[in-house]
Amino acid sequence: MRGLALATMLLPAIACAGDDFVRVPAGAYRSALGYVDVKGDTAVAAFDFMATPVTNAQYLAFVQAHPEWRRDRVVPVYADAAHYLANWKAPLDPGDAAKPRQPVTGVSWFAASAYCEAAHARLPTWVEWEYTAAADETRRDARDDPAWRERILGWYAKPSSAPLAEAGVSPSNVYGVRDLHGLVWEWVEDFGSLLVIDDSRDPADAIGLKFCGSGALNMRDVDNYAVLMRVALLSSVQAADSTSSLGFRCARSVAAEGTPP
Amino acid sequence: MNRRFALLLMLVAPVFAAAAPLPPESVLRPAEAYVDQSGRTFHLEDRRGHVQVVSMFYTSCTFTCPLTIDTGLGIQHALASAERDALRLLVVSFDPQRDTPAVLAALAAKRKLDPARWTLARTDEAGARKLAALLGIRYRRMANGDFNHSTELVLLDAEGRILAKTDQLGTLPEPAFLAEVKKALAATR
Repeated sequence: MRGLALATMLLPAIACAGDDFVRVPAGAYRSALGYVDVKGDTAVAAFDFMATPVTNAQYLAFVQAHPEWRRDRVVPVYADAAHYLANWKAPLDPGDAAKPRQPVTGVSWFAASAYCEAAHARLPTWVEWEYTAAADETRRDARDDPAWRERILGWYAKPSSAPLAEAGVSPSNVYGVRDLHGLVWEWVEDFGSLLVIDDSRDPADAIGLKFCGSGALNMRDVDNYAVLMRVALLSSVQAADSTSSLGFRCARSVAAEGTPP
Repeated sequence: MNRRFALLLMLVAPVFAAAAPLPPESVLRPAEAYVDQSGRTFHLEDRRGHVQVVSMFYTSCTFTCPLTIDTGLGIQHALASAERDALRLLVVSFDPQRDTPAVLAALAAKRKLDPARWTLARTDEAGARKLAALLGIRYRRMANGDFNHSTELVLLDAEGRILAKTDQLGTLPEPAFLAEVKKALAATR
């Protein structure tokens, strides 16, 4: 494994071209997810985050460099062939329905993870995503502002049949990150940790039956639709699934807080 | 990356490259290194050739994880002797921080697990996450270091294709799952 990591580091990172990471500083925030084992705020270490979701052009470069991720070659355990890159015209031609600057969608968790690995990165954790997505243009945590919530609801009310906007067009938030709301759903590295129970009225019973331990998930902020809808989606998909509105972006851990890469 | 890895292997380990490629449906694909309870390093692909039941756990778990082992033992108990010889069991930890080979060996000894048939293993965090994703197991590390997780035993054929799953734990295996195990063992004999 170490040999592989070294060998990979020596290879040119073709898929990296155009990937634009910004530094998200360390902090703490109150997650909208209510885990019984988590009291108070959740600490987040500094990390680097792609400013925009991965686009069709970027994903095409990745597929060209890593042909095992072509639509016609990917193995079924890693991506559901019926939905993986389904809006592309051909395996190496996104075509008119998937423009270069639009975010890539129809990618599985395995595919998104492989893209990030090739970029010497990883998918963000749920906590990193939620922490960064709490911000607006001027505040690190805008979630209690009714106007912020209204704006997000407005985005979600748009018909999903409309073509996707280009990545990077929406205003950047206080960290310099764009499109966390209103464009596509995004994979997170630990999507499999979002263990939602069906009936939150008596969590103890439901947890005991389905999961080992007592850390299943409730929403402690049920008015936060931005998060509620993401969690509902991510807890309902399997890692080989792809949907027409599910994309991703990559993150990188930083060695020590405040140290430039 | 897979292709580059294959090229790398061809340079350093011709014996690996000579093996036929895994079938597309095989879950024995991830390249992460695993270490078993005896400290031996292996890769999932090395486990080709035997029908196996695979699950995930962590050793400090006191609730359903002992039941995962019980279920494996229950399946073994319900098999004929020749079937028992042919079946392999693999249980992978999602707690690489605490589940060292020594910890896994202690558990294997305590539960009297036959090392010829049972493999308790650890891999790194990324490897555990990838295997869980392939098997459809969900888990989360809690603030106290315990894990909240779904439990599933997954039956693989000799090439690593998923044949059946069960989430019924206990010393009496689910009849339908046991039937699939017997069928798979009969098919490879």
